[in-house]
Amino acid sequence: MSATQERPAGPTPVEEKAPSRLVPVGRFVLTLLRMPSGLFGVVVMLGFVVMALTAPLYIHPDDLSVTQATGPLLAPPQHGYPLGTDPAGRSVLLLVIWGSRTSLAIGVMATLLTMVLGATIGLVAGHYQGRTGRLLMHVTDWFIALPGLPLAIALAAVLGQGAASITIAIAVTSWTGTARLVRAQTLAVGARPFIERARALGATDTQLITRQVLPNVMPLILVSSTLTVASAILAEATLTFLGLGDPTSVSWGSLLNNAFMQGAVTAGAWWYLIPPGIAILIIVLGFTLVGRAVEHALNARVQSR
Amino acid sequence: MTTQHVPEVPERRTAQRAGEPLLDVRDLTVTYHSGKVPVYAARGVDFALAAGETLGMAGESGSGKTTVAMSLLRLLPAETTVTGEIRFHGEDLLAANWGRMRSVRWAEASVVFQGAMSALNPVRTIGDQIVEPILLHEKVGEKAARARARDLLDSVGVPSRRIASYPHELSGGQRQRVMMAMALACDPHLLIADEPTTALDVIVQAQILGLLTDLVRERGISLIMISHDLSVLASTCDRIAVMYAGRLVETGPSRQVIASPLHPYARALAGAFPTLGDPASRLAPGGLPGDPPDLREEIDGCPFAPRCPEVEDRCRSGVIPLVQHGDRAAACVHVTGYDEAVGHG
Amino acid sequence: MADPTGPVLEARDLAVTFPARRGHPAARAVDGVNLALGRGEVLALIGESGCGKSTLARALVGLIEPNAGEVRYAGQPLRRTRSGLREFRRHVQLVLQDPYGALNPRQNVHDAVAEGLRLHGQRAGLTRRVAEALEQVGMRPPEHFFDRYPHQLSGGQQQRVVIAGALTLGPEVLVADEPVSSLDASVRGEILKLFLNLRDELGLAALVVSHDLGLAWNIADRVAVMYLGRIVEVGTVEEVLLRPQHPYTRALLDAVPSTSDREATAALGGEPPDPTAIPPGCRFHPRCPLRATLPDDRAQLCLTDVPVLAPALHERQVACVHADAAPPTVVSHDPAEVTR
Repeated sequence: MSATQERPAGPTPVEEKAPSRLVPVGRFVLTLLRMPSGLFGVVVMLGFVVMALTAPLYIHPDDLSVTQATGPLLAPPQHGYPLGTDPAGRSVLLLVIWGSRTSLAIGVMATLLTMVLGATIGLVAGHYQGRTGRLLMHVTDWFIALPGLPLAIALAAVLGQGAASITIAIAVTSWTGTARLVRAQTLAVGARPFIERARALGATDTQLITRQVLPNVMPLILVSSTLTVASAILAEATLTFLGLGDPTSVSWGSLLNNAFMQGAVTAGAWWYLIPPGIAILIIVLGFTLVGRAVEHALNARVQSR
Repeated sequence: MTTQHVPEVPERRTAQRAGEPLLDVRDLTVTYHSGKVPVYAARGVDFALAAGETLGMAGESGSGKTTVAMSLLRLLPAETTVTGEIRFHGEDLLAANWGRMRSVRWAEASVVFQGAMSALNPVRTIGDQIVEPILLHEKVGEKAARARARDLLDSVGVPSRRIASYPHELSGGQRQRVMMAMALACDPHLLIADEPTTALDVIVQAQILGLLTDLVRERGISLIMISHDLSVLASTCDRIAVMYAGRLVETGPSRQVIASPLHPYARALAGAFPTLGDPASRLAPGGLPGDPPDLREEIDGCPFAPRCPEVEDRCRSGVIPLVQHGDRAAACVHVTGYDEAVGHG
Repeated sequence: MADPTGPVLEARDLAVTFPARRGHPAARAVDGVNLALGRGEVLALIGESGCGKSTLARALVGLIEPNAGEVRYAGQPLRRTRSGLREFRRHVQLVLQDPYGALNPRQNVHDAVAEGLRLHGQRAGLTRRVAEALEQVGMRPPEHFFDRYPHQLSGGQQQRVVIAGALTLGPEVLVADEPVSSLDASVRGEILKLFLNLRDELGLAALVVSHDLGLAWNIADRVAVMYLGRIVEVGTVEEVLLRPQHPYTRALLDAVPSTSDREATAALGGEPPDPTAIPPGCRFHPRCPLRATLPDDRAQLCLTDVPVLAPALHERQVACVHADAAPPTVVSHDPAEVTR
């Protein structure tokens, strides 16, 4: 469309509406779903979330109780027990479904903590590049230098076994990656002319960060979040597998832990060992695909003509 | 500015039949297929260049001028369709095989690219980069090639002791000079300069243009200079060809084209470069409303019709050919002589 | 109180120095500049890269804090407090070179233009004011453009949006840094015409920074030529561009490609100036073609006697001690005529 120079005949109409904010969001979701990877990833994600949320509707506490379970002990898949049973007679399928609740919850919570902490530090360090920025980066570098796993173990030992300590341990060891990523993007965005324009229009630093920088860094944060959930779930499984989780709660990591501890490998009880691993695999794949698809959908919006 | 290395005139230069232009481009059409839809970058471009002549190709972004220049040496992406004829020394380069193209490139025609900062390899010294084409095309040893490189640097005004410098150690103007030294390394007959002064300040631009003019004249090289700046072209080139939306819309001697353009677009373009002291442009910027057309669509009629102040119905359909009016040509129905020329065609 | 007859925007002894870094000495980008912009006038600030004109422009809109001197709006010095700057920004606004980069890619046209108002908390009648601003810059009907994003607009349209965004706050001054140099040649005229329209319709004053002398001829009332951190010549466009007195201005005009004489005079030699290594005395003296023709005792004055320009609105000023020695030339700008 070209800019026209003629004046309109009458006065400008008084009723003018600012454009709706929902339209771009709707378009984005549609773009996302049109991609095979996006569609698959979203379906997997939603599938697991729905599964986790509806589990209490059909899983009875007795099915999970070591003492009350009624199935055959460590039996291979058979009628009534599609994935077999564990040494206590519980259905492995029900255990895996129930385990998704803890794994997802810890994964999401840890990611939330990581993103909030990492993004805040990254934004501040990238925007205030003087002493504040340098100080924050020194702190970040210090944390990067700390070895992740021993730190997590140490934290769990201090905070006691359980979901909370695992969540905190994951967040403490993961935020540095996000912080560096966000800082790099903040620096790149901050160098662009529209930041200068906003300053010339009268924006304060806070307004610059929230109105100009953050919306342009948000795509990166979104993509990073989905990928972080994947790695947080893996981390949770690892830490629980190592015995740092709550021994009474059921999660995929604890299933794997139990499987090893109780000799499932030597007994050849593959149905006890493999399903949790596959569940982790599928959900990590799902989140990763969603992350890639979100990145493509956001870039497509900016680059399309 | 004198050169120390004066090229001897090889037989190939005089083998050309007298009267035949050095470069004769006929009906050149270039379509890019790199994206989802084809882009019609150049359509039916005809022009000729005599030996020792300088031609300026004027146009804005999307006009097709760089496309045409790059197509002369077949430097376009593989998926591009190029039709027509490009007769260089009487030989059609579009029909030549790759071996022949490689020997033509640089030894007979070379390019000074736009943006010397990115055209020079940052991790090799400028000496290496000048020597490279010499060693590729001529049977001389490393030492002789280096000596030639030193002479070339002197002839473009860069002290030859800087032969071991890296591009980032030089200023913008110096890098452009190095690009010109590279382009002259194998004594080409034709030099294509793509926006050689666009990123440079006025004074450095004047230095580079002066240098280019001197070198081209001393060595008898033909020059095609591409620019959006009509005043630069008018002061450096004998003839100007104006392009719009992939088509040639006007050609002619440069002074006449800029002083009294025939085509409305050429007029608008000339208006964007006012002459200081001309009262007509004082507090009266010349400009055009609207935007250049989208080259992904086939355009019917004159591509300039949507923005033309003199548009008529007959401009909007059919092909408006480039019509000769003496030693000038214009693709516009409003030029006197158009109707007769087309009627008899 | 603000003085309605004096200059609307002024630089007084302004200096901006970029501190030394590893491997680079300190750069005196702006080194003592006096410049005045009158109400409703268009002043072109011309210079080559490295002369400090962009830095000066940014100091004049308050984006850069000067190391010395002050910026004055309507005779009052600019207070670099949060409220002082905010108030200042309602009067003096900025237009940048790269229109696509100057727009937040995540904001549509409506929000981009409304940004200034939102930042200042002026939400009343927001959309109506956005529409008015878009109409003023020639984008009609404005509603048509509200939900477009920058990448869907042409270069000319993007620049109009940037200007509309600057206009919503109702400034009296626009400072434009190379506003058309990244636009296609045929589109430039429209944007330049817009500046003239805004001057005529709104009484807007404009300081346009550029390297293009033709732009000054097209839209400016006065022109100031800048070299290595200092203004070397200032006056009306007719005076400075047709009868230049400073040797640098003459060299600039000589370098403009002209079709009248193909055998142009040799271009000024030497490399563009470096603000980290400023020559003593008149900073142009190492390259000055006039100085090369002077006897030693007069040439010595270039090192000791350097005129400093005052921020006057109506005076023709030249920062060259030999300016009166060379009779002003008309039409032809051949420095050879200058020798005596």
